[in-house]
Amino acid sequence: MESSVGTRQDGFAKTDRLDRWWLPPLSVFVGLSFFGAYATWAVIQGNNYFVDPYLSPFYSPCIAASCPESIRFLGIAWWPFSPAILMMGVILGFRGTCYYYRKAYYRAYFMDPPACSVGEFRGENYKGENSFPFIIQNLHRYFLYASIVVWLFLTYDTGHAFFFEDGFGVGLGSIVLLINLLLLSGYWFGCHSLRHLLGGNVDCYSCVLGGNVRYKAWKGVTWFNKKHMNWAWFSLAFVCLTDFYIRLVAMGAITDPRFF
Amino acid sequence: MAKRIFEVYRGHEQSGQLESYTVDVDEGMVILDAIHRIQTEQAPDLAVRWNCKAGKCGSCSAEVNGQPKLTCMTRISDYENEGTITITPMKAFPVIKDLVTDVSQNYANNKAIPRFKPRPKDAEDGWRMKQHEVEKAQEMRKCIECFLCQDVCHVLRSHSKHEEFVGPAFLVRTAGYSMNPIDNEDRTEFLKERGGLGYCNITKCCTEVCPEHITITDNAIIPLKERVVDRYYDPLKSLVRLIRRK
Repeated sequence: MESSVGTRQDGFAKTDRLDRWWLPPLSVFVGLSFFGAYATWAVIQGNNYFVDPYLSPFYSPCIAASCPESIRFLGIAWWPFSPAILMMGVILGFRGTCYYYRKAYYRAYFMDPPACSVGEFRGENYKGENSFPFIIQNLHRYFLYASIVVWLFLTYDTGHAFFFEDGFGVGLGSIVLLINLLLLSGYWFGCHSLRHLLGGNVDCYSCVLGGNVRYKAWKGVTWFNKKHMNWAWFSLAFVCLTDFYIRLVAMGAITDPRFF
Repeated sequence: MAKRIFEVYRGHEQSGQLESYTVDVDEGMVILDAIHRIQTEQAPDLAVRWNCKAGKCGSCSAEVNGQPKLTCMTRISDYENEGTITITPMKAFPVIKDLVTDVSQNYANNKAIPRFKPRPKDAEDGWRMKQHEVEKAQEMRKCIECFLCQDVCHVLRSHSKHEEFVGPAFLVRTAGYSMNPIDNEDRTEFLKERGGLGYCNITKCCTEVCPEHITITDNAIIPLKERVVDRYYDPLKSLVRLIRRK
């Protein structure tokens, strides 16, 4: 038990813990890898992402010239790749710098640490989020700002999913897209940066203009924030499921049931 | 009366080993009871720090089967399926003797925090504030200074940044001051520099071990990180500050 500080155990995975401490990071590794791989594949495809009136959330907003006319915005002509790649930076940036996902991947991928009270690889060269690349995590709020635009378009495209050629209607795809929007909204409204910007940065609510409203906004975001991890996972899984469903309908593998 | 085997760390900073003790265990006993029974019946020189035995003084912190715990609040029956129970001192701190560690670095870190600085009184008898305004700061005041969060924090435990990073307990203390509605002190520079807030990578172990259930990461560390971002990493806010100065 010799060491420089206390009785700590240096070395990867060294611990006195007897429980299955490796299970949560392994589960996160498998989960994030699976959904990450599916999302990457779906984004690169560039086909089967739209079947009127459903647009895959990975492709919302659809801003390339190659997008179907009824859901196209901007129509960027010079973009030769899948239209989803254009907006991927925002989504990846928002989730990648999210405080919950940071915990998840620091533990599951970087093993820094793999679990609480468990030894890790790096020693005293550790810099944390003080230097490149992890200092970029501090830009989370900018990805939040950018994601507002994406969220607005997603809301529009979800509304569009209720308007068929013969007018207003509800198909299974409409409901799937609505659930997807609700889950993504729950994740978005629980963002730690949003919580700070709306009211967390105020210490004396009665000392500032609109303090009462800001307190209530902070309380509201706090309600979502308490389950931020759950929102993060459910929204991630469901966005992949939504894309998969629309892809199957677009490919003709299944028929979208229409309720009315 | 059942018998349980306890392996307890015996030794000092540079040398020590686990020694095995078989103890008669009564229903409802906590780990600290077993340590006291070992002290009374088998090893009168076993060093252990304790005081209130009610989970409020924060003295009896140690590691039970590798996990930071208050020994007075940890029931032996929680380890029914784990065979031998290992009790070691907190690994993030130098050992003085057996289960007693030198936590004096924490007091130095505490002193480094810019003190509470109240704004001028807004009434003859003090300040006026509403309950909801003090809730954020009150959560931080629940800290009992057991230092389990310091012990589990990998920045201190594995990376030995004791000089550069004040640790979760003192980020809680800082948040308690800064979120107080009458406090007027700016601690942002302290947090970034001496406080070493950037070392924290949000792994939430501190929150998991806190016996007072303070939501350390979400309610103290992340809000403080956001305050540092306001000052140092937000180009829009920097621009606004520049325009206001002109």
